[in-house]
Amino acid sequence: MAKRSFLIPGVDKRLLIKDSIKAMPDFTRRRFIAGGASLGALTLLTGCDVVDSSSADTLLAKVSKFNDAVQAFIFNPDALAPTFPESAITKPFPFNAYYDLDDAPEVDGKDWKLEVRGLVDNKKSWTLDELYKLPQVTQITRHICVEGWSAIGSWTGTPLRDFLKLIGADTRAKYVWFQCADKDGYNSPLDMRSALHPQTQMTFRYANEILPRAYGFPMKIRVPTKLGFKNPKYVVSMEVTNDYKGGYWEDQGYNSFSGS
Amino acid sequence: MSSLTVTDEQASATPAKVIQPAWVRIMHWINALAMILMILSGWQIYNASPLFGFSFPREYTLGGWLGGGLLWHFAAMWLLMINGLAYLITGFATGRFRKKLLPITPSGVLHDVRAALTFKLGHDDLTVYNYVQRVLYAGIIVVGVLIVLSGLSMWKPVQLYYLVMLFGDYPTARYVHFFCMAAICAFLVIHVLLALLVPKSLRAMIIGR
Ligand code: HEM
Repeated sequence: MAKRSFLIPGVDKRLLIKDSIKAMPDFTRRRFIAGGASLGALTLLTGCDVVDSSSADTLLAKVSKFNDAVQAFIFNPDALAPTFPESAITKPFPFNAYYDLDDAPEVDGKDWKLEVRGLVDNKKSWTLDELYKLPQVTQITRHICVEGWSAIGSWTGTPLRDFLKLIGADTRAKYVWFQCADKDGYNSPLDMRSALHPQTQMTFRYANEILPRAYGFPMKIRVPTKLGFKNPKYVVSMEVTNDYKGGYWEDQGYNSFSGS
Repeated sequence: MSSLTVTDEQASATPAKVIQPAWVRIMHWINALAMILMILSGWQIYNASPLFGFSFPREYTLGGWLGGGLLWHFAAMWLLMINGLAYLITGFATGRFRKKLLPITPSGVLHDVRAALTFKLGHDDLTVYNYVQRVLYAGIIVVGVLIVLSGLSMWKPVQLYYLVMLFGDYPTARYVHFFCMAAICAFLVIHVLLALLVPKSLRAMIIGR
């Protein structure tokens, strides 16, 4: 292994520069999961490079796949996320995205249509008015962010499983893949069993108001059995598919199942 | 203060006397590695949304960014859990915990803490843990169990809802997890310091005698 020059004991100078790049919302950072000054601490402790970045990345990715399988195995389709009284709702409910609120998509509800693709009988697109006519239910559940914080909110909409039935989706397919209007193109795969969970919801209202722009107007998918980043906002299309198509965060290294 | 080296006399008189059996040594060092990986990646995760008004320095975090920290954390957790479970089972099954960590009496602890602080605590027989050791080890085992349980309840708050209930709710489990980490760090500092003060105990934890 090449000898490295040290700026701070144990911290590689070149990697330190790369490390500072990571502060930016940049796709390149996915390459530095194991590398960078992140390993400075270990290097510091042991006085040598203990982990070759790329092989560590490969191993970590494998373990993450294994964790997907473990989570799918322990996922109980009947286990409900705890619900709360209205008094428990977090106010204000935080806005959170990889961009500022000013950059959040501004969708015109009149032009917007939900596209439906893939393994479904009826591929017709749905206008907001048509969707609003579907039976809706309200849930007050805890939204848990991958970052660790959590907040309780009230979401109203149509159970996704009812909609999937309505459009004649092949529910033996592996995924429902969502695409969204977020500026850098957000998408995310939802495993079918989670999609069919009774609390998984096509959300049109937050706290009894039309879903505001901050929370994903015109439609969000609320999945209380998943971490927040697997709750797509500003949804424009859904595809029922057997292919794993990846996702905005999943491709950068967040665990794909990320179930609760 | 006790002698810092094992004399030839001691070594040759008890050539086969094992102070730390192989399973304890192997599991101890696997645990030490797993704990350090968990702590450093845990600090990375903490920094994404700090519970308190401070962050951990980047140089002491593992993973480069939140996603990387999570990958490390949820990989090292298997090492920690499987090894820890094996240690608990073997510790109970062989009677080691009962023989080495018990009894713990308040007067014994008080006496040995006082002796330790005045450097009068002897280490002539390394096969017998004094009360300071007993309390620290039994305590850290309990903390180890707690940190795993609070971690699991945050990892699967819906599937393992009964675990969350044990702590009250999700945010409380998060605080419990944090304070267990803090306790382990404090333990680690004292523990390593004591091991370095009594090098023959460190030697026993490495080669057994
Ligand atoms: C990397 C730094 C570490 C060093 C140098 C170290 C060293 C030692 C030594 C020398 C002993 C035997 C001491 C004696 O005879 O009293 C020991 C025992 C022990 N250590 Fe550590 N240790 C480290 C990390 C840890 C960590 C991270 C934990 C747990 C969080 C831990 C938990 C224990 C326990 C529970 C025992 C008693 C084991 C038994 O008797 O079954 N150690 N350690």
